[in-house]
Amino acid sequence: MIEALTLVLASSVRLALPLAFAACGEYIAERSGTINISIEAMMLGGAFSAVFGASITGSAATGLICGVLAGLLVGFVHANFSHRLTVNTYVVGLTLNLLVLGLTSFLLDLVVLRPSQVAVFAVPLLSDLPVIGPALFAQRWPAYLLWPLLPAIWYAMYRTRWGLQMRASGENPSAVDASGIDVNRRRREGLLLCGLLSGLGGAYLAVGEVGMFNQNMTSGRGYVVIAAVIFGAWTLRGAMAGCLVFGAADAMRLALPALGVQLNPQLLVASPYILALLAMVLFARSNRSPSALGKPFARGLP
Amino acid sequence: MSDTTVLAEERIAAPRGRASSRIRSWLSGYPTLLTYLISISVALGISALLVMMTGTSPWTAVVALYEGSLSTPASVGLALDKAAPLLIVAAGTVIAARAGLFNIGQEGQLTVGATVACAVAIFVPGPGPLVLVLSLLGGALAGAAWAGIAAVLFYKTGVPIVIGTLLLVFIAVQVLFFAVTQPWLLQEAGPEGDVMPPQSELLRTEVWLPHIGEYPGLNFTSGVLIALALAVIVAVLLRHSVWGFKMTMLGMNKLAARRAGINAAVLGGTALLWSGAFAGLGGAVMLVGGNHRLQPGISENSGWDGLLVALVAKENPVFAIPVALFFGVLRAGGGFLASTGVPRYLVDVVTAVLVLAVAFPPAFRILRRTWQARAAARALAQSGKGAAA
Repeated sequence: MIEALTLVLASSVRLALPLAFAACGEYIAERSGTINISIEAMMLGGAFSAVFGASITGSAATGLICGVLAGLLVGFVHANFSHRLTVNTYVVGLTLNLLVLGLTSFLLDLVVLRPSQVAVFAVPLLSDLPVIGPALFAQRWPAYLLWPLLPAIWYAMYRTRWGLQMRASGENPSAVDASGIDVNRRRREGLLLCGLLSGLGGAYLAVGEVGMFNQNMTSGRGYVVIAAVIFGAWTLRGAMAGCLVFGAADAMRLALPALGVQLNPQLLVASPYILALLAMVLFARSNRSPSALGKPFARGLP
Repeated sequence: MSDTTVLAEERIAAPRGRASSRIRSWLSGYPTLLTYLISISVALGISALLVMMTGTSPWTAVVALYEGSLSTPASVGLALDKAAPLLIVAAGTVIAARAGLFNIGQEGQLTVGATVACAVAIFVPGPGPLVLVLSLLGGALAGAAWAGIAAVLFYKTGVPIVIGTLLLVFIAVQVLFFAVTQPWLLQEAGPEGDVMPPQSELLRTEVWLPHIGEYPGLNFTSGVLIALALAVIVAVLLRHSVWGFKMTMLGMNKLAARRAGINAAVLGGTALLWSGAFAGLGGAVMLVGGNHRLQPGISENSGWDGLLVALVAKENPVFAIPVALFFGVLRAGGGFLASTGVPRYLVDVVTAVLVLAVAFPPAFRILRRTWQARAAARALAQSGKGAAA
């Protein structure tokens, strides 16, 4: 039983990690007022570029950087189209998803990718802890980037002037604008950061977990991330918890048949979205979502 | 606002001399056309570059796309068939968008619509044509119900429609998958002990949507006619009916609509239901008009693409007709593309870059206005400073 628990926990964390990086990005974007649908494109682009970069240079770490840059590029396009030009953000998001899915599938047929994977780094002593040891302290090394990342994002969002402006852009953009701050610029920055982190998430999925790229490899993980941020009621802590829960649901889908437990696999796949909807129903009354979430900002009377 | 601004700009420009002012006003009328030209060329250039990467000449790809979609009457029919569900979905999207509601869950509503349409077609006994109609209605009702969940969540508890409809998409996909993996539901029955694929049985031919035309000539399913009729009806109703007027009013100014005695929850809710019904019908048409059996990938992203059609068409149902046709042509041509050695995914890339290219110019026009205004303000501030000194 303990062994099974250790195994399921380890694979939950492993499946949650790519989501967690991307969720950090989506959290920032949504707090500044954008429901970023193109996160799927960012992750997929990151995953492809990571394996592509690793195949060319032969180093998985370089691949990771390529993945981050690809996510950043998608974020740049999205940011400028929806928050500099005034194209509807969902049009841009959907189009980018279509574009990146098409482009990566297209390129996959053209280039030869070689499997490559970053190394596992087991923290001495700690990784020998029972149950939680393998889950938390025996991951591939980029996973540990999450530890400094989380407090850094929290600090940036809650203890800096910039973070206050970001959050205010999501809550009351008119007030932000009136105090002389460029709302759309803050939102663009949110999307760029989201691209960077989601690219990292996708790259981690590709060169961290799987070691290879398959067609449509993220297969909706971006939307799971959106669900996680909603499930977490737009707090960083909650979003991480959401990622862990959804990672666990994914792990169970794979592990339960082996353990001899019957649970409907479709229900488990759908569970992130059902849980996110339920969470929304509970939170909607208490107004936890950023007030201006998903509303484009243009100066003038509302 | 835009017309008056242009007039004002012209009046300011006028004193500089007659000939130059005429050129100026001519230029200020056309930069949008020019940006369209440039941005579409860039999009096509990117696509051509991708084709060249495969070692095929772009012209070969263009010819293949043309042969797959427009060269023969039969391939025109194929393009029409591909365009029909997109147009139906788009027409529905327009209704919700007119009421100021952003439904982005068409993919889910379409999926559920196809699933229920399949269930009706398989389980309801009776004469073929009747079952066919019931199946289409069932699809539409299911789509409406799926959108209705989001509507109830929005008006009862305040879950944003974008989020509600989006999350329901992925639940819908699993509902379909569940239905086609359960032998007691829709999974096709096979010999005892065989592992059957996750799909329904083939529908009996009486419940297929009738075909118009014979194979070598122009032929397409009657879904095309349904789609055209719906687009026109929606256009007429939105433009000329009281219902359409109320809907537009609600979309343009919620407060004014409320003052005028419009119940936002009822009217907006109905708009969302209609939009879901159209998407569900689109799924039903895809099932009884094309696939004739329910499979997990049946939607082929038609929900997402239909939404894109509506948005590219600027939420105008009549303009959605050519846009849907264009998407249909690309989709139909994509099947032919693979034979030239160019992966068919090129079609998705071309569609996406073209959508961005078409979205760019009008947005750029607005941005340019902002820049001009800012420059004018700066000039004014500087001249003010000069006067003070």
